[in-house]
Amino acid sequence: MSRIEVLLCAGTACLSSGAREVKAALLEALAEEGLTGEVRIVETGCMGPCELGPIMLVYPEGIYYIRVKPADVREIVREHFLKGRPVRRLLWAGELPESKEIPFFSRQLKVVLANCGRIDPEDIEEYIAVGGYEALSRVLTEMSPEDVIEEIKRSGLRGRGGAGFPTGLKWELVRMAEGSPKYIICNADEGDPGAFMDRAILEGDPHAVLEGMAIAAYAVGAQHGYIYVRAEYPLAVQRLETAISQARRYGLLGEGILETDFSFDVEIRVGAGAFVCGEETALIASIEGRRGEPRPRPPYPARSGPFGKPTLINNVETFANVRHIVVRGADWFSSIGTEKSKGTKVFALAGQVKNTGLVEVPMGITLRELVYDIGGGAPNGKKIKAVQIGGPSGGCLPESLFHLPVDYEALTEHGAIMGSGGIIVLDESACMVNVAKFFLEFTSEESCGKCTPCRVGTKIMLGILERIARGEGTEEDLVRLEELGHMIRDASLCGLGQTAPNPVLSSLRYFRDEFLAHIRDKRCPAGVCPDLIHYVVVPELCRACDRCRQACPTGAAQGTPGNPPYRIELSACINCGACFDACPFGAIERRPGRKER
Amino acid sequence: MRPEELKEIREKAKARLGLRSGDVRVRIVVGMGTSGIAAGAREVLKALLEEVSRRNLTDVAVTQTGERGLAAKEPVVEVHEGDRITVYGEVDEALARRIVVEHVVNGHPIQDRIIEVREVVG
Repeated sequence: MSRIEVLLCAGTACLSSGAREVKAALLEALAEEGLTGEVRIVETGCMGPCELGPIMLVYPEGIYYIRVKPADVREIVREHFLKGRPVRRLLWAGELPESKEIPFFSRQLKVVLANCGRIDPEDIEEYIAVGGYEALSRVLTEMSPEDVIEEIKRSGLRGRGGAGFPTGLKWELVRMAEGSPKYIICNADEGDPGAFMDRAILEGDPHAVLEGMAIAAYAVGAQHGYIYVRAEYPLAVQRLETAISQARRYGLLGEGILETDFSFDVEIRVGAGAFVCGEETALIASIEGRRGEPRPRPPYPARSGPFGKPTLINNVETFANVRHIVVRGADWFSSIGTEKSKGTKVFALAGQVKNTGLVEVPMGITLRELVYDIGGGAPNGKKIKAVQIGGPSGGCLPESLFHLPVDYEALTEHGAIMGSGGIIVLDESACMVNVAKFFLEFTSEESCGKCTPCRVGTKIMLGILERIARGEGTEEDLVRLEELGHMIRDASLCGLGQTAPNPVLSSLRYFRDEFLAHIRDKRCPAGVCPDLIHYVVVPELCRACDRCRQACPTGAAQGTPGNPPYRIELSACINCGACFDACPFGAIERRPGRKER
Repeated sequence: MRPEELKEIREKAKARLGLRSGDVRVRIVVGMGTSGIAAGAREVLKALLEEVSRRNLTDVAVTQTGERGLAAKEPVVEVHEGDRITVYGEVDEALARRIVVEHVVNGHPIQDRIIEVREVVG
């Protein structure tokens, strides 16, 4: 028996910050102190606060060590594991709180993520120990397919991939559709820049997704399922493969599940990472082995999916919710959230915020709570000015709208979308023209090219934005951007094109001033667009250390060592910022406005 | 696998989550400061673990703590049950095993080896 359990976060973020090396050091230190049998190491999925990785959660105390380096491990083993004195300098905030008391966690409501960071995702028995496959067992022995659909309908669950279609209704449509066989598809083609909710669920709790799929299959009458996941998620693919083979071995997938006459099995399809393949008809084409291009709907996949068969497509997080609804009931689920948005939502919090990472909150929580209470506000005392929510299909909402609740309708009404759950926090150092440009660059590159408005239209919009960023835009350009945006939205076949203009349209709606500053005053207020800023030396701060002169590639930074101040010859300056980065005294300032040539 | 078998696996597997689940009935805490270790706390801890694990006591956690200041009575072992803490002094391997069997399992504290019983308020 072990007296200490070390939960080591082995999500992709912590692995890339060195969790593997920490584990190796831990094994070595435990062996040295003769504690090997007394301490059990469990590799878990993502714990959430990715910014603080590698993270170690130690039980029975339930305390977090953060940013653990291999060199720290021996001290933890000797002081804490042997002598019972936690190493304070490595604790979260230097304190010994229960995780409930850390604001990052206390404002969250973990349902879908409850097992992520708590169980070993590669051990089906740990999943079973926390109630795994209980929902499937109950469904197969006590409920008819109609009962299941009714329960999901009553719960108010809506698609977590972004569009928010009522899940129970979708299941019913597939159940009633004629044709056989029927298919279940789990859409794990998570493609929004900065979004990693689905990856974390697949890595941290793969069985929850399989169980949700199996329940759905029973409800709609399918026997075969696909998980469409991108090749960029190798760890998710590997943990899914492990989970599928364990589930088969335990008779929870395959022929005659739990010794009933229900059979269901799952196959992984690895996608090449095209953004458009997150769109359901393009995804289906890709599963069939064809080029990932959307087709007109109807017919919807519920009637005609892969190989023309009725198909249910849900997102990873949607499937992961299902078992909780079955076990705890539709009433419990619908008691969480707002009138039309029920349950919780997982968000990937990124950008200019202290606690970046993965969070799960009840629907209806305000953006302000999400950004300040959970996210901890801006890390450098700067002012937060907006959140970009919903990725390349979403929009920017200004600080004045932070009272808005996380709710499908409320967000859509104000020009953003719930989306799959990416939230990028922007502070005053972000330029909205640049942000809009970034997302349009992404969508114009990811456009599959089938529809002209999307293929050409996004390129033209991008060209206009680039012109504005160079200070060569006109006020007419803004009208043109809006016209084009509406055209692309209305004339594109699939969600990619229909939503691609959103980041631009919402930025124009709330941050028109910034666009106008670029156009009229030829200045970038945030100091981001390289053509609309200039660098100057602040004479009082300059120590004539010569570092700027050495860093400057064009000889624009000039002066004599020991003889301050230096100066920047603007006619030679190319605004590369090398001097700004090199100055140790902050004597070089980046100012909005084009330099006088 | 039948649904009943799934339940059996769950009950068995629960033990592995014991430390994480938080629903521990009894916590046995061993003082593992320098003086505790010098007086033999390592062996005491090992004996406790062995005994707890042999009896498959899934609601019992064995943990360690630092110096309590009572160097003369080391090794010190505390048994935490709800609000009540029972402190044993000069524990050796044999007493450690008795604590598990007599106190933790059967509910009879070993009166002549107790140095303190305190109630935690609030």
